[in-house]
Amino acid sequence: MLRRVFIGSVSWAYLALVYAFIFLPVAVLVLFSFQDGRLPVPPFNGFSTQWYEAVFADRKLMAALGNSMLVAISSSMVSCVLGFLAAYSLARYKLPGSALQRGLLIAPMTVSYLIIALGLLALLNALHMPLSLLTVGIGHVVINLPLCFAIIYASMGDHQINIERAARDLGASDFKVMALVTAPMLMPSILAAFFLSVTFSWDEFIIAFLLSRFDVTLPVEIWSMLRSGLNPKTNAIGSLVFLASVALLLILEFSLFGRTKKQ
Amino acid sequence: MTAPVSIENVSKTFGHFTALDKVSLDIRAGEFIVLLGPSGCGKTTLLSILGGFLSPSSGRVVIGDRDMTFVTPAKRPTTTMFQDYALFPHMRLVDNVGFGLRMRGLGKAERDEKALGFLDLVGLKASAGKRPHELSGGQRQRVALARALAVDPEVLLLDEPLGALDLKLRRQMQDELKAIQKRVGTTFVHVTHDQEEAMAIADRIVVMNQGRIEDFGPPSQIYMRPRSLFSAGFMGEVNFVPGRVRAADASSAEVETTLGSLALPAANFTAKAPKAGDAITLTIRPEHFRGAEKSDDPMFALGDARVAGSAFFGTHYRCHLQPCATDGDALVAHLPQSSDVRDGEIVPLAVRAADVVALPAASATL
Repeated sequence: MLRRVFIGSVSWAYLALVYAFIFLPVAVLVLFSFQDGRLPVPPFNGFSTQWYEAVFADRKLMAALGNSMLVAISSSMVSCVLGFLAAYSLARYKLPGSALQRGLLIAPMTVSYLIIALGLLALLNALHMPLSLLTVGIGHVVINLPLCFAIIYASMGDHQINIERAARDLGASDFKVMALVTAPMLMPSILAAFFLSVTFSWDEFIIAFLLSRFDVTLPVEIWSMLRSGLNPKTNAIGSLVFLASVALLLILEFSLFGRTKKQ
Repeated sequence: MTAPVSIENVSKTFGHFTALDKVSLDIRAGEFIVLLGPSGCGKTTLLSILGGFLSPSSGRVVIGDRDMTFVTPAKRPTTTMFQDYALFPHMRLVDNVGFGLRMRGLGKAERDEKALGFLDLVGLKASAGKRPHELSGGQRQRVALARALAVDPEVLLLDEPLGALDLKLRRQMQDELKAIQKRVGTTFVHVTHDQEEAMAIADRIVVMNQGRIEDFGPPSQIYMRPRSLFSAGFMGEVNFVPGRVRAADASSAEVETTLGSLALPAANFTAKAPKAGDAITLTIRPEHFRGAEKSDDPMFALGDARVAGSAFFGTHYRCHLQPCATDGDALVAHLPQSSDVRDGEIVPLAVRAADVVALPAASATL
């Protein structure tokens, strides 16, 4: 009996430690974003929202926030469309070397972001293409396309083939089958791929740093703020970024995974 | 709409496997045809060729008076009702049923009205706003039927549509299917491996085996006058009694069997006319055995048999009878409820001449 209580409390303590290890840095970040003082380090001097006001008043930060959203949403949309088309053709048609093609599509996942960024930098240089938000977006499509492809491809099962067949039998053209039947049917996984890819793009630093010049994304802007020393303002913007990611994950969880369970 | 279908010498091979071997079939407009056979007999392949999902390796498919052999499913006057219903999970029922009309360019108001009419036909008008996952299996099946009928096809192809339903619901749906087919008048081609289902709904049954058509005709003819041993065995329980033709003329034949000799009308030789010396197999349905009771029809006495086991089935006793004259295979007979049979009892056996069908012996057909 005592033994069981002991084992039980040890496992609860272990669980608490694991979560503390994962979330303590974030909790500290959020706590000191409310610091009433100039340094985000202990002791905690008192509660204040002045740093949030400073963040929202900072035009450069707000511009970077807008850029990040633009890049995240548009690059994720492109990744999802390309990923869906690739998954559809590989799942529904007999293509030459389809195992190899699947491998090639997923391969960029294994390459480090730094290498991808360097490769793209060299390529863009050779093409005389100026660095901009567009080039950051291209970089993010390169890293998110494999993810979108893998998620959407995994959800394409044989049981949907008869449904597509029925649509074709009722007079739908190939394009209409894809647009009116296949894509809506796979919408839960397409949206899951979209939101995951938005969160990855939103947080991504190396590619955004190396492939941008005048307009930068939020992580790059935060990094340049950090160079001038620690400041509760960076904690505030960090907390906001974290909040946005959590919000996205919650949307994903409740709107999509909830719905697939019901089906 | 409705149209006749003509299948001319259609073969289909997958690599070395022959799924269909020179199949020819003429279906009249408005007929309810059932393709019946065990799995792997080619019935689904034939249906896919009619629907345009497969192209035959050789032969022709004519629907109405147009050659449809290589026309895509979308351009054929056929629709298919799939075994798993294949409803669009993200659409309301009214949109599911209206999908084919939408593809034909009908406006929303018009197609919704038509779709509601077809949902009404299958008794689901009140659920028009629901989605497929909210329905039971039988209801989904009805929606699939409404969706396939909504585009007014000339031929409706049904791929084991009742296979996933439980027995009671299946019997009920058979009646509904038959009633709806009568109302719309469309030619129905229905695939199943359930011979009771086939008899319940078909105008004519096509019995298939190993890529060939074994028998084709109205249910009563297939059951009472099968034209092959396979067809006789597949349509229900049957006793096979080996024999030999001793003498034959144009109207009758003298047949010798282990149970005695019989004179059979030539009409009972359904596969080919009798010839002296032919090895044959007599097929006798279990319910055709009579006791020794009097009858106006010509009867054959088959000698006495010993009851080797019996079970009460409600409508009849199913008995295993060992003929006293031979130690060959036991016979299965269905005796009336009123007959009080006991194990070990000796009963006289008789059969009406008209009920015995003579077919070429199994080795002779191969």
